[in-house]
Amino acid sequence: MVILLSLKNCFQLHYGLKIPAAGFRCSANTGLIIQSVSSDIYQNLAVEDWVHDNMTLEDRHVLFMWRNSPTVVIGRHQNPWQECNLKIMREKNIKLARRRSGGGTVYHDLGNINLTFFTSKKKYERMENLKLVVRALKALRPQFDVRATERYDLLLNGNFKISGTAAKLGRTVAYHHCTLLCNADRFLLSSVLKSPYKGIKSNATPSMPALVKNLFEEDPSLTCEIVMDAIAAEYARCHKIDHCITLINPGDETVFPGINMKTKELQTWDWIYGKTPKFSIRTCFNMVYKQSLLEVKVDIQVKHGRIEACNIDLPEQWLPPAMCSELEKNLTGSKLCPSETAALASTLLRVCPQNYELHSKWSLLCETVMTLM
Amino acid sequence: MATVRALRSCSRTAGRLICVHHIRSCTSVRFIKSKYMSIFDKSAFKFSHQHRLFRTSTISNGQIVQFKLSDIGEGITEVTVKEWYVKEGDSVSQFDSICEVQSDKASVTITSRYDGIIRKLHYNLDEIAYVGKPLVDIETDVLKAVSSEEDVVETPAVSHEEQTHQEIKGHKTLATPAVRRLAMENNIKLSEVVGTGKDNRILKEDILNYLAKQTGAILPPSPKPEIIPPLPKPETVPPAPKDRGTKIAIPISKPIVFAGKDKTEAVTGFHKAMVKTMTAALQIPHFGYCDEIDLTQLVQLREELKPVAQARGVKVSFMPFFIKAASLGLLHYPILNASVDENCQSITYKASHNIGVAMDTEQGLIVPNVKNVQVCSVFDIASELNRLQTLGSSGQLGTNDLTGGTFTLSNIGTIGGTYAKPVILPPEVAIGALGKIQVLPRFNGKGEVFKAQIMNVSWSADHRIIDGATMARFSNLWKSYLENPASMLVDLK
Repeated sequence: MVILLSLKNCFQLHYGLKIPAAGFRCSANTGLIIQSVSSDIYQNLAVEDWVHDNMTLEDRHVLFMWRNSPTVVIGRHQNPWQECNLKIMREKNIKLARRRSGGGTVYHDLGNINLTFFTSKKKYERMENLKLVVRALKALRPQFDVRATERYDLLLNGNFKISGTAAKLGRTVAYHHCTLLCNADRFLLSSVLKSPYKGIKSNATPSMPALVKNLFEEDPSLTCEIVMDAIAAEYARCHKIDHCITLINPGDETVFPGINMKTKELQTWDWIYGKTPKFSIRTCFNMVYKQSLLEVKVDIQVKHGRIEACNIDLPEQWLPPAMCSELEKNLTGSKLCPSETAALASTLLRVCPQNYELHSKWSLLCETVMTLM
Repeated sequence: MATVRALRSCSRTAGRLICVHHIRSCTSVRFIKSKYMSIFDKSAFKFSHQHRLFRTSTISNGQIVQFKLSDIGEGITEVTVKEWYVKEGDSVSQFDSICEVQSDKASVTITSRYDGIIRKLHYNLDEIAYVGKPLVDIETDVLKAVSSEEDVVETPAVSHEEQTHQEIKGHKTLATPAVRRLAMENNIKLSEVVGTGKDNRILKEDILNYLAKQTGAILPPSPKPEIIPPLPKPETVPPAPKDRGTKIAIPISKPIVFAGKDKTEAVTGFHKAMVKTMTAALQIPHFGYCDEIDLTQLVQLREELKPVAQARGVKVSFMPFFIKAASLGLLHYPILNASVDENCQSITYKASHNIGVAMDTEQGLIVPNVKNVQVCSVFDIASELNRLQTLGSSGQLGTNDLTGGTFTLSNIGTIGGTYAKPVILPPEVAIGALGKIQVLPRFNGKGEVFKAQIMNVSWSADHRIIDGATMARFSNLWKSYLENPASMLVDLK
């Protein structure tokens, strides 16, 4: 196996000009294997975007391998509040990203390998890609029981999911990417992918929870590097190209002109949260205030990640109605975001009558509403 | 020369207009149309949109084409429409994104095959769309005489290197059939025209420019591709192209055109709340008091304390000293840590010194506060500040940290500035803004010039209950603690 470091020229070759491949180790015409040096989810997703928008792949295939620091990645049309535990993610500094392909929610960390198979739209064929991965794993450890399912998952020993799939089809280029659990933190995965938010009604694509397992648990001698290499070897064999992996830096604007803008776009609140399809939250809380239990009914309509309409039902006269409607009025149009709500609520408190009891009730109510976010 | 050619092609057109149904290439007909009009009008050779009136009487307003959902591959027959990028009435160009559909974990972007106006969306969000059935209706006058295979033209993407003609030759050139017809009628080889559209597409303008270069003649300017609607009714004439009028063969400096548009959005969330608070704040009669502090000794002290702080795992900046010194000062001047009611009829002297620190976060400048500074040591304050900063940067600050403040310090100097005019945050009555620390020459007691670390402070206070003298004395006390940190030891509680 040979790794060519930052062969800019090699990559620019594939940028569409028909220049003979003589003199370069990667054969320019049928395939290319690239691996990212970055573990930043946004940069890596931007590479997928960039290849999708800028390369023509009429007779060419590209395999892109990448790994990320702890991140939860939701599908294009999913609802993060429905899919994951945003509170734990904020506490543990786990990032949230929305990819451009469809499908469900996954958890990435450095023990998970991501593979993206780029082809022209005509050559889009997910099952073939998965069979390739299965062959690679079997070549590595023949005793493994790994199979692809109809839903394009990979199962280990018949019932543990080790890989999930998603795809994006554009005008001329298509890509199919999948995860592969080698040595990820399974316990963190299951706690982070469980949404604590109740009362959500949404048409967003739901995820199908599944039992997962790491390849490492079947054979502790396997590492991500070994697995990536095996897959690259099988890919090279299939497409009759040299088994060489080009390392790429997703931050390099000279190799990928325009990529930093794509990275920035993927990090904006408007993309990650704002692209959530319309949904509503309708739920009841029990607030404890001075040894009494109070029932609060909340009805919030959310569009583009912002509160479109909100209705909070409190026990009579617990809080002056003017204050309650002030809260509702200010929440309307605001992002469904706890820090935004906290800032908003504490600022509003400055112009309210200075009364300790009022303030503590208001804070309690706001903190309760914030738990929805 | 061009006029002659125009006449020639016009006479050809006159004959063509009779068998009207077969000739629908919008752009070429429109181009010829203008010449056609000029003959009949006997007016100046000027591109006018009135010809559409003429046209509508013989041909209908462009045709509605049903754009069907094309095959997605893998034998998929139905998809769910997840997002629309256009709405009825929007104009689209070829290859613009129309909608996003999803099928079995695959997200597909559907792009337009035509230039035109969207007339009808056949599906709502989350409805199932079928492959082969109409997706949208587009009104267009670009009739594709050839089959739909043509729209999937695969030509090499543009590289950022210079594209010379040698490189273009031999590659398939991108151009709509209308443009091709125009080229053909004018005997132009497409390979010799440099395309300026997306993916090096050859646009009608490129053909016209090419023609102009060939004949050196004045040609009527044509509207830019982005503002071509196919055939709107005469009342809805699009804005005239900016370079209307005669085009001079020698290029002079074009008028600077700024295509930016104003963007209006609602004030929401935190900003909306700030509007309310700041409006109330400026009801308070403010007065200001400014001074400069010599922090030379404090800078030295901090340097000495750095290893101790590191050993304890706490980052110590200057803020903990400023905050502690302020609290010591407030012990002597408690009126600065007070609050008045709405009508200024009663004053409440707050027991706790909850000193707020302005923090720059995603939301903007929010003010969490350190509680009970009067019983905290400098280290306590430093670790509390660390905690607040961590929470602030990860968007986890709660209402408890953000409410209950009694006095505020804003270290705007970390961003820049010297003197400021801070606005009091109700229900407080005073606020201080700290400028940046600058190294400036000053005179010491012996009359010698030395390097001093100077910082400016700007106080604002509620003049209804606080007078200048109080503020000045508080500031002097605070200043003396910072200029001579040893004196803080004496008063430390």
